[in-house]
Amino acid sequence: MAEWFQDNGLLLGLALLDGLSSAGLIFLVAVGLNLVFGVLRIVNVAHGSLYAIGAYSAASIGIFLAGLGLPAWASIPTLVLSAALVGAILGPLIERFILRRIYGGEEVVQLLVTFALFMILEDVQKLIWGVQPIHHDVALRALGTIDVPFGTDFIPFTNYQLFVLPTFAIVTLVGLALFLRRTLTGRVIVAVTTDREAATAMGIDAARIFLLTFTFGAMLAALGGALLSPTAALVPGIGAQTIVLSFAVVATAGLGQIEGAALTSLMMGLGRSIAVYFAPEFEVVVPYIIMVAVLLVRPQGLFGVIETRRV
Amino acid sequence: MKRYEPFLALVLAGGLIAAAIAAPWLRFVLTIALAKGIAVMGILLLLRAGQVSFGHALYIGFGAYVVAFFAPVAGDGVLIIAASAAGAGLLGLVVGLFVTRYRQIFFGMLNLAMCMVFYSLLEKLYHITHGTDGIRVEIMPIAGQVLDRVSYEWTVFGIAMGLAFVVGFIIRLYLASPMGEALAGIKTRETRLEFMGVPARGILLAAYVASAMLGGIGGALIAMTSRHVTPLLSYWTASGELVFIAILGGPGGVLGPFLGAATYELVRVYAAASFADAWQMILGLVLLLVILFAPGGLWGLASRLVGERRR
Repeated sequence: MAEWFQDNGLLLGLALLDGLSSAGLIFLVAVGLNLVFGVLRIVNVAHGSLYAIGAYSAASIGIFLAGLGLPAWASIPTLVLSAALVGAILGPLIERFILRRIYGGEEVVQLLVTFALFMILEDVQKLIWGVQPIHHDVALRALGTIDVPFGTDFIPFTNYQLFVLPTFAIVTLVGLALFLRRTLTGRVIVAVTTDREAATAMGIDAARIFLLTFTFGAMLAALGGALLSPTAALVPGIGAQTIVLSFAVVATAGLGQIEGAALTSLMMGLGRSIAVYFAPEFEVVVPYIIMVAVLLVRPQGLFGVIETRRV
Repeated sequence: MKRYEPFLALVLAGGLIAAAIAAPWLRFVLTIALAKGIAVMGILLLLRAGQVSFGHALYIGFGAYVVAFFAPVAGDGVLIIAASAAGAGLLGLVVGLFVTRYRQIFFGMLNLAMCMVFYSLLEKLYHITHGTDGIRVEIMPIAGQVLDRVSYEWTVFGIAMGLAFVVGFIIRLYLASPMGEALAGIKTRETRLEFMGVPARGILLAAYVASAMLGGIGGALIAMTSRHVTPLLSYWTASGELVFIAILGGPGGVLGPFLGAATYELVRVYAAASFADAWQMILGLVLLLVILFAPGGLWGLASRLVGERRR
């Protein structure tokens, strides 16, 4: 064992650091999906498209502003602002004109409506940004790299991936938890999640809460995409990949669970990056193995609540 | 409407054959449509139970790769289709024992996860599956006959048509049997079904295995027609496509899947030819319109027309 660590410790260290940053991104997307599901009771397949559009928009806006002579330090706030913009525009549009028609409908139908939306947005994205890879990594380069010591070796790691991504994830997690528990709007959202009918009877405007939550979820998806954009070349299909992974996180964590989503994202992010270094063939499979293993033991997910069966 | 079904099936079959004779390139499209129709019938079975699988491309891909691997060894088309069906059925039994413990979103997502695991294995195990390059399928003898290209294509078309009829007939009987009727019970109130002494999980498992076999047959036919298999056959969007076709055709009767599949493939071919970058968007819009304004699908529209004429 000790020998194994001597030989592979460096790789393991790399894998852990990589895993942290990818877990941060997964969390941002999955928590948005989970929040939307908790309130609207709709699994939004198009969530992945919002992620992709968030990534592309952030890159485009970044390139545009860089052309105007924006200093490099402003590139990270730009990422956040562009994500907020995407969410604020697309979120209400989708909720108002499409989702609102299918609340309370059959689950199959709801799933398919968002699938249709996914197909449409996928092509919208190709029409706007084309199929050539887009790369804009000013935010990544602006922050430079840090040498992380591992035993006698040093691993150069970008500050962006090591600090910025996990920080965003943690801030989101804490902020969201405080928001849902300490503010009036947050508590109203929780109330609608728990029992929509009772909440409406108390005078809560459920329609407004739905709109608000969906927009917020869309912003989180876009933020995940925007934060990804400096670290990778953007190609068509990133939305399709991401959404499936987020589903796995949400199902494993338990529907509507925020902290659960964080823990699961961490497990899956780490699991996946360890697989990248030690068994690359199984990188994509690892999250699903975790998911199946968890659901075999706890069918309602790690933190899910068992619902009473209707007679 | 139910009474007219066999008659309408003959009309539809006649139409397809006429189209295949009139335009040879349509023969290819229509064979694929028939193959998908057979697979979609499996989705229909699950929809009866109110469950939507977002992972049945797993069985399509499995059936297709059985053809790719065994065509050079076994050497006869009929044998290979049977092997695909049996193999997919076995796989369906193993996966089904697990996924039938879950309902609704969990059922859908677990199927999706299984499908993604299969997809990524197809993609990553390059030395076995040739990864994304895929495997070419040579023209194989069928029922002992060595065929040239054109008669091979006609034969596969004929087999697809014949199987569609046989399978459609069996599924019609199945849906009218107590086991088939119990599926609807799972959708409305499963607990009551169990109070009556009907083993709901067993009923769903039987339907699941049947749907897996149908997927396997569909996949085998697709591989024999396109004569090239790639992992993309099992990508999750392909699963979504199957559900799409089921809803487009309408879940009312066994003709729905074929009506849906033929329409879907034709729209896709024409849309892809005319708007190369936007065919997905067009399909998405069609899906949205069908769901929002014609919830019974094409079959439902047809039923309504017939019903109105009778009045």
